Amino acid sequence: MRAMGNGTLTSDPYNLIIAGVGGQGNVLASRVLGGMLTTKGYHVTIGDTFGASQRGGSVMSHIRISASSNWSPQIPKGRAHMVIALEPTEAVRVLGGYGNPKVQVLCNTRPIHSVGVICGELVYPSLTDLEKWVRDLSDKAWFLDATNAAIKLGNPIFGNIMMIGALGGTGALPVDRQDFETAVSRDMSPDKVKVNLSAYDMGAEMVKG
Amino acid sequence: MSHLVEGEPGSRYLLMGNEAIARGALEAGVSVAAGYPGTPSSEIIESLARTAEARNLYVEWSTNEKIALEVAAAASFAGLRGLAVMKQNGVNVASDFLLHLAGSGTRGGMVLIPCDDPGALSSINEGESRHFARLVEIPLLEPGDFQEAKDMVKWAFELSEELQSLVMLRSVTRLSHASGDVTFGELPEVKPEAAFKCDGFILDPNEGAVISAPVDYRHGQQHAKLKKAEALFEDSPFNIYTGPEKPELLVVTSSACNLYSKEAIKILGVEDRVGLLKLGTTWPIPPKLVGKHLGLTEKILIVEEVVCFLEDQVKILTAELGPQIGTKTFYGKRDGSLPMVGELNPDLVAAALSRILGVKTETVPEDYTKRTQEAGFLGAPNRELTFCPGCPHRASFWSIHNVLELDNRKGFVCGDIGCYTLAVLPAGFSTLKTVHAMGSGTGVASGFGKLGQFGMDQPVLSVCGDSTFFHSAIPALINAVHHKSDITMVLLDNSGTGMTGFQSHPGLTTDALGQDAPAIDPAEVCRAIGARVEIADPFDIETTQKTLLDLLQDKKGVKVLVLRQICALSPEKKGKKLFEMALDQEVCVGENCGCNRLCTRVFRCPGLVWDHEKKAAKLDEVICTGCGVCASICPSGAIQRKEAA
Repeated sequence: MRAMGNGTLTSDPYNLIIAGVGGQGNVLASRVLGGMLTTKGYHVTIGDTFGASQRGGSVMSHIRISASSNWSPQIPKGRAHMVIALEPTEAVRVLGGYGNPKVQVLCNTRPIHSVGVICGELVYPSLTDLEKWVRDLSDKAWFLDATNAAIKLGNPIFGNIMMIGALGGTGALPVDRQDFETAVSRDMSPDKVKVNLSAYDMGAEMVKG
Repeated sequence: MSHLVEGEPGSRYLLMGNEAIARGALEAGVSVAAGYPGTPSSEIIESLARTAEARNLYVEWSTNEKIALEVAAAASFAGLRGLAVMKQNGVNVASDFLLHLAGSGTRGGMVLIPCDDPGALSSINEGESRHFARLVEIPLLEPGDFQEAKDMVKWAFELSEELQSLVMLRSVTRLSHASGDVTFGELPEVKPEAAFKCDGFILDPNEGAVISAPVDYRHGQQHAKLKKAEALFEDSPFNIYTGPEKPELLVVTSSACNLYSKEAIKILGVEDRVGLLKLGTTWPIPPKLVGKHLGLTEKILIVEEVVCFLEDQVKILTAELGPQIGTKTFYGKRDGSLPMVGELNPDLVAAALSRILGVKTETVPEDYTKRTQEAGFLGAPNRELTFCPGCPHRASFWSIHNVLELDNRKGFVCGDIGCYTLAVLPAGFSTLKTVHAMGSGTGVASGFGKLGQFGMDQPVLSVCGDSTFFHSAIPALINAVHHKSDITMVLLDNSGTGMTGFQSHPGLTTDALGQDAPAIDPAEVCRAIGARVEIADPFDIETTQKTLLDLLQDKKGVKVLVLRQICALSPEKKGKKLFEMALDQEVCVGENCGCNRLCTRVFRCPGLVWDHEKKAAKLDEVICTGCGVCASICPSGAIQRKEAA
């Protein structure tokens, strides 16, 4: 399991974006990942845009990972290395600003309809089209039904941790399950750590092969 | 206990900018901290409140920002270190006291931390605090990264004590709400003792009365303090130059723009051509230090947010130094190198550098950009902001909107600042027609309500939240009553400062430290002022609309309707359903009903979804919070509610 545990960054800074919709646990996911990397000695800078977090708006966290220093909390346009989308249309939205032909995408496939879609003014795209666009705009993409798997685990909110597990599973960053356990054990009770570890493992399993 | 207290000195932690600021205040030995909630500043006071017991602090959410500054000043007058925290707009509110405090001077170290919001990420303006420092003539500091956010707060208190002046330390959203590395320093062992010495000679700064008069004397003293600050700033370790000795272009910057500028220089690979002068002390700027760097270059780019501030000062200094350093070419906001409005980012700075230096930056292929645009057009439908499922405001505005339609006299609503500001959008049925500062809805309404003399016969309404009511709507309501203005104020009482995360306010039974507090009932305050007051539950649509219609019929004087229902996100309520909801798709006749999809098209609660296949409404049980309101709006009775067990 610890294959990438002591590896190095493929780029410095390594630029990762976690995108989602208010209430999906975007900010928590960025904190957990930031904690994992800080424990490993990396310098992490996180820029969160969460003013609209609880009111149906898009939420985005920019995470810069470096062996040497902090960076701007805003990733320059077109320079993301990895996008973790907690909602599929958010993947397309983020690629529009920060994507490039080499970007990798981890995408949760569970849609969250905006008010414009609910009231019939806007059309929510089909999952087939969304997958096609994301594949076309990335070097590599993984599509995971993390929310449904999380519901089976007891609460859709675990979707965010599953995506962190999936990130660990891809080996894109020098962090592993042990780092995750260390990071969450600091703030969570043992039973919460256990269910979060299950979520992490399920996510890692989904990107295997 | 908080990691801000338990953290080891010398160890490095990943901290949010606001937490770094709070740790800096703890390392400075702050005793009193007061603020009013406002994004992006709120976590500073929240973090300090969590450490209050361990560090023997007094922390409060004051009724408004002016009072927060006054409370912190009292600590300073008594010899303690005092901190006031607010979002930029709060400085506008506090500015009257601010001017007088700048003149009277301080005793124990006193720091004001405003957090500005360039780009208005969580505001309806992008106002600036820095200009207040120049206006009222107090020193201004701006941290350029997360470590400095902590370290400069500690220094700000020392500086304040050395100068006996209030010091302003300005943060921005991209520092306050971003996170980065912070290495902790020691927490001091302090045993503060408060005593206000005020029996000395009136002009004695330590034992006399604290007042900004006699003005010529005190104002003169204030200028001497600024001169001293200027001299200290010449050697400040927070003013940092990096780059070649004689750069082709000098970038002068501060705050988060320091991080953008650094990155832009690196992206373009122009480290050997461009020098970066990062200023931590931005008012007054140290003239010798800045003058030296101006003299070593011909071209200068100023990178700052939002309104020109450094740019003006650097140009003034260049004019003053003209005989020694000659004329220079300036780039910045005034020549259009950088935009006058909105927040900056590394790309905007890189674009400016690339134009000035004639270097190209690597960009994504044009074809890729074109494909992202095509995908984005269909693949990323806009997410308009809306009220949360179960939000009392949706129900309140549904009733206000419908009553105004029924009343049919072109009545309108004046609003102000809170989640309910969203009612200017379709989320609140576009009900609000004016939105300005905290409490302004009722003040503006008070004016409208006197225009009958000139033939205006539209009903005038205002809305205001419970925290906003205490903050600044009470004087407006008094004004309306005293002047017999004809208005109806709807007090949207959701029992908390909902928008910023449930901070305490005077209407609640708990204070910032979690201790019991006497709650002040807004309805009783309105009655005492002399308004006719009615109270209703906004989830009871029928009673609410009947009451409001009745109030509108009462054409004379000030009426108040208190709509009381707790915020759907409040910790006490979250996840608790009032009703089990069911939608009978057999009863919902959808497009054949004649209601024209009232529930999903107009009411727009995220818990109600239009089923394109069945051509009927359906309930999203994961999102529905069981407030029961939609059962009252469905004309065919397809939505049913049953009291939750």
